[in-house]
Amino acid sequence: MSVTKQLASVGPANRIARSEETHPLTWRLRDDGEPVWLDEYRQKNGYAAARKALAEMDQADIVQRVKESGLKGRGGAGFPTGVKWGLMPTNEALNIRYLLCNADEMEPNTWKDRLLMEQLPHLLIEGMLISARALKAYRGYIFLRGEYVDAARILNRAIDEAKAAGLLGSNILGSGFDFELFVHTGAGRYICGEETALINSLEGRRANPRAKPPFPAAVGVWGKPTCVNNVETLCNVPAIIGNGVDWYKSLARPGSEDHGSKLMGFSGKVKNPGIWELPFGISAGELFEDYAGGMKDGYILKCWQPGGAGTGFLLPEHLEAQMYAGGIGKVGTRMGTGLALAVDHTINMVSLLRNMEEFFARESCGWCTPCRDGLPWSVKILRALERGQGTEQDLATLLQLVDFLGPGRTFCAHAPGAVEPLGSAIKYFRHEFEAGVSQAALPAGQPA
Amino acid sequence: MNTLIQTDRFVLSDAERSAIEHETHHYEDPRAASIEALKIVQKARGWVPDGAAEAIGAILGIPASDIEGVATFYSQIFRQPVGRHVIRVCDSMTCFIGGHESVLGAIERQLGIAPGQTTTDGRFTLIPVCCLGNCDKAPALMIDDDTFGDVHADGVAALLEAYP
Repeated sequence: MSVTKQLASVGPANRIARSEETHPLTWRLRDDGEPVWLDEYRQKNGYAAARKALAEMDQADIVQRVKESGLKGRGGAGFPTGVKWGLMPTNEALNIRYLLCNADEMEPNTWKDRLLMEQLPHLLIEGMLISARALKAYRGYIFLRGEYVDAARILNRAIDEAKAAGLLGSNILGSGFDFELFVHTGAGRYICGEETALINSLEGRRANPRAKPPFPAAVGVWGKPTCVNNVETLCNVPAIIGNGVDWYKSLARPGSEDHGSKLMGFSGKVKNPGIWELPFGISAGELFEDYAGGMKDGYILKCWQPGGAGTGFLLPEHLEAQMYAGGIGKVGTRMGTGLALAVDHTINMVSLLRNMEEFFARESCGWCTPCRDGLPWSVKILRALERGQGTEQDLATLLQLVDFLGPGRTFCAHAPGAVEPLGSAIKYFRHEFEAGVSQAALPAGQPA
Repeated sequence: MNTLIQTDRFVLSDAERSAIEHETHHYEDPRAASIEALKIVQKARGWVPDGAAEAIGAILGIPASDIEGVATFYSQIFRQPVGRHVIRVCDSMTCFIGGHESVLGAIERQLGIAPGQTTTDGRFTLIPVCCLGNCDKAPALMIDDDTFGDVHADGVAALLEAYP
């Protein structure tokens, strides 16, 4: 048992060999895991990209370069960042625009944004500065989950350093561009990570998602054009501006349709759980074997999830898949956050899904009926199956819920994310669910 | 104590009031400070008493019912008294695989409370929390602002001892 005297995010990402050319997100990490403050960040070429963007580039050039880079959102949905940025109105008459950083990292099995914020706060600030310039945003907020107390302290100190050095505030680096940045900490609830719920929460309201359209780019926080990007997404921007699109596109492995590097991880009963910055397109098996070290002695890999609670389960044979959106898509689910979870042979899928659906049911905002009522229903059934007290109808009901709570049936993506793992668990491990049906509930003579 | 109806008048301290007013300057609309205002009151008092909604609403210029709606939505705002120390046990699927249910069971047995409850001596409140982002060190928990990883059921007693 360990008290985290050092930052919780210190781990394998600090220990693997890294270079500026191949690890744009993590090459500046210190071996001792301490935050990289302004002086050291600058010594390591920090804010050079911001200087270039503000002094030499037109805002449209920055948007164009990010579009060409193929950068996609790293929060789990993978929407092209340049396209999102392109939706922001450029009309000079609209002089108030906002850039929000989604740092509400609460997806189960996800701890990548924490690493960036705790150890490389200036990388995020530089990314936000360049992005704000591109979007003509005069103010930004980092929406940080309340439990990340170290990240809040570190980001606030880094913002103070940046302000004192003229990297935030008025007339930044003599460019005439003004940008101020605030850390806004939340008070719990997973749904705050949904971008329109995040906007409601920032406004001081209950975090119910908003109807789209209008999209935040048209009507966002306080009715103003707003862009919401994930921490890791924004941290990609400095190197794209600094090193160029050709370099960025050379990072991924052959076969990958996604570009750049990605914080990927593996946890569960693996020998070496952790996060590493890796090129898109490496095989999941390489991540699992070469980085996570395979399963601990005595444990056998039963199935795995590629990137968070809202992604589907895959079998060991699917480790051949390449880690990029299309590669994981080919085997039937989404890459999500890219931080994978190994499920070992000792874990019963009904119990695991019961735990997951308890989480999704608790975190439903309650706004729309399928999610508010359907998720607790699934929990009730899963608890009964776990006790061996399920009825013959239960599996059919669960499958019906997987359908009724699926994409397009609910107000936001919360419920579809909740039923994706459930549907895949039933698909691959149906017998474990069937085994939870009470013998007494079966018609006479029928085997369980 | 009846926590639903309180007859004592609630008054914000000068420090709370000025901290809340300061927060409003960070936003285009003072309403945005509502969550931070609740956290300011909670930091000073451990929880958010009934009269706080009215008092905060008066500063922000919005109805007390809106403040109450926010206070009851967010899981880290406490609308009833909590213990001196709040234990947050991560119940993500990663910690489930890591064995968090045995850790939770050990805490429940040691303290004689279930999640959502406070010990009779007012020392600890136990609540579940969404993934703490400590997944390479599962199971994880927080006590107040301290995060712990690789927690075992047999280490729970020693862990709690550090929080008198």
